[in-house]
Amino acid sequence: MENVLIVGATSAIAQETAKCFARSGAALFLVGRSPDKLQAVADDLSVRGASKVGSLAVDLTQTTRHPEILQGARAFLGRIDGVLIAHGTLPAQERAERDREYAADALEVNLVSPVSILTVLSSYFYEQGTGCIAVITSVAGDRGRRSNYVYGAAKGGLARFLEGLRARLAPAGVRVLTVKPGLVDTPMTAHLPKNLLFASAERVGKRIHRAMLRGQAVVYIPWYWRWIMLVLRSIPEPFFRRLPL
Amino acid sequence: MPPGHRPGYDPFGAVTVGTYAPSGTYRCVRFATNFWDSTLPGSWRREIEGMPAHSLSLVREDATPMPVVPAGPRYQSWGRYPRVARQDVLQIVWRCDVPRWDTLDRSVLPFGQGRSYGDSCLNEGGVLLDASGLRRFISFDHDHGILACEAGVTLAEILAVTLPRGWILPVIPGTKFVSVGGAIANDIHGKNHHRAGSFGCHVRNLELLRSSGERMTCSPESHSDLFAATVGGLGLTGLILSAELQLARVGTALLEVERIRFGQLNEFFEISEESDATCEHTVAWIDCLAGGRKLGRGVFHRANHVQQTVPAGVRTRGTVALSVPFYAPRVLLNRYTMKAFNTCYYGGQFTTTRKRLTPYERFFFPLDSVRNWNRVYGRPGFLQYQCVVPPRVGRDAIREILERTARAGRGSFLAVLKQFGQRASPGLLSFPRPGLTLALDFPFQGRPTLALCDDLDAVVAQAGGAVYPAKDARMSPEHFARYYPTCDDFLKHMDPRFSSSFWRRVTGATD
Repeated sequence: MENVLIVGATSAIAQETAKCFARSGAALFLVGRSPDKLQAVADDLSVRGASKVGSLAVDLTQTTRHPEILQGARAFLGRIDGVLIAHGTLPAQERAERDREYAADALEVNLVSPVSILTVLSSYFYEQGTGCIAVITSVAGDRGRRSNYVYGAAKGGLARFLEGLRARLAPAGVRVLTVKPGLVDTPMTAHLPKNLLFASAERVGKRIHRAMLRGQAVVYIPWYWRWIMLVLRSIPEPFFRRLPL
Repeated sequence: MPPGHRPGYDPFGAVTVGTYAPSGTYRCVRFATNFWDSTLPGSWRREIEGMPAHSLSLVREDATPMPVVPAGPRYQSWGRYPRVARQDVLQIVWRCDVPRWDTLDRSVLPFGQGRSYGDSCLNEGGVLLDASGLRRFISFDHDHGILACEAGVTLAEILAVTLPRGWILPVIPGTKFVSVGGAIANDIHGKNHHRAGSFGCHVRNLELLRSSGERMTCSPESHSDLFAATVGGLGLTGLILSAELQLARVGTALLEVERIRFGQLNEFFEISEESDATCEHTVAWIDCLAGGRKLGRGVFHRANHVQQTVPAGVRTRGTVALSVPFYAPRVLLNRYTMKAFNTCYYGGQFTTTRKRLTPYERFFFPLDSVRNWNRVYGRPGFLQYQCVVPPRVGRDAIREILERTARAGRGSFLAVLKQFGQRASPGLLSFPRPGLTLALDFPFQGRPTLALCDDLDAVVAQAGGAVYPAKDARMSPEHFARYYPTCDDFLKHMDPRFSSSFWRRVTGATD
């Protein structure tokens, strides 16, 4: 993949995936909120071997500006071979239960914003007839749990959206990858106590890179989450809601 | 040019313009032209009239700063002794996001990869600033070998990026899993000290964040006294954010290695003298359990880089990584098994000298091929005792130390002897200095181990030498003061909010 657009490029997982692309000499276009941080990531990727790196500073909750992302990336890269959409936040469940605006914001960032970007990108890719769109969702979207259902709703909704998008774009030759990481040790989870289930951002980033090259459809990272979630999904709800999850 | 700044990139005069739905505070920032143009809401544009609108962007401030959380099991030192009970950690992920000092009420200490052996990377009751997230490169000048990177970048990552382009770190320690910040703060050395000096000799400049909020670019030319205090300064002068290093040219990733077996200590001195003149890298493994007529027997390793192209069929990559999955039971490691290992290793060497092409990783980092090798010493951990003694009295002092160690029979398979060169270290508290340096590993067995180290301290102090703080977990304040007479000078440059378990132990400071 020679020309890659990365949205939410300053997230830990996106940086690790971008490093993999940089090592193989790809051209990268980074989109994120903070110009300072984008500059830091762009410099890093250049040293690691990216053939060129451009960036656009934009607040991704401003959906009116999403067409700019496609314009910017096309102007800089020419053709776009791959996209990774990686931005997101982990809302505090307790606050989201009480604070209407906060809960709506969480869905804004984690669901509405990626859907808006994907809508802009999908027509472009449909016409191009080739390419790969990878989007980071979460294992939290596979089941609604009392401890994290607002985040889960956003990620679950996004996963459904991607399922449909994959079906729509497949005949055109465009691949859509749903990435479902488990617990990952990143700044987003810095406040959580770490246990053995946590994977490093580096491991997740490398796996995403590999899945994009292979053209996979759904990937759980690390692999064991596929089986953990298979078990959790198969528990009927009357039992599931009694579980302390 | 200081690291992190490039022409045309200047996030100057950030103006907070106001708040914007859905939530958060926005800053207005001017940015470089390689960012895509952004358009501002009309009502806001009026507020910032006079500034060129095409180069402005609105940035939402991070609503949630990184939290201070209890430190997990990762935040230990490599020797696993001492263990620290209460310690918190704050992750530092971006150079542009500084810690909110007003919310930190305790002392802080930078933490990188936790490869210091003792307590110099621990801060009991305080906060660790985990800089391992600062792992980005900043720039690399291929023509002149000048690399700028953030302080948490590991030497492994640097070598992976620079070696294929013909540049190598000028100083390479025994492990590649250390950060640049840690390499500077401990002013580490390598097998080529007799030629290249210590790591600090190759730092062109560094960016230091002080708890006053100041960012200072320190180099041998500007803020030179703070630079000297920071190199080898054990992380106590502030948080190193980034550094610019001068790399060395190299032809290939291969070394031509010679191993020479020697039967006693005197032979080491002869071989070392001769080898330092002809070889870039020299070091000797010593059988520290052998006493009497075999005292100081060992294997001398010397190597030069292969500059021309690699002959076909030679492996240039290191070996496969193994791992010690859990703490080994102590019974496996006793004086008989260690003696057997040492005898086999010594006896297994050729008696004649042979040259061999070796991948750099196998020569420089033999222990890195076994992940978590420190676990072979079991849960109680181990101490490493590394000292340097001046050349004049060095031979007798080393002999004395080896005799005492052999007599106590508490050594293990890791004992390393090397001649340091004359090149002065730039740091105030730097450990490397001309003379002989000996490193010994001791499985931690409580009081007898500590007593043996104290015993060795007496010899080192008598000889006018020093013990390496990065590897220390037990030296007394009196000995520290003797080893590092420049300590008073150093105190003037310390950051008042920085401290470590090590520092409180060796100076008696309370916080």
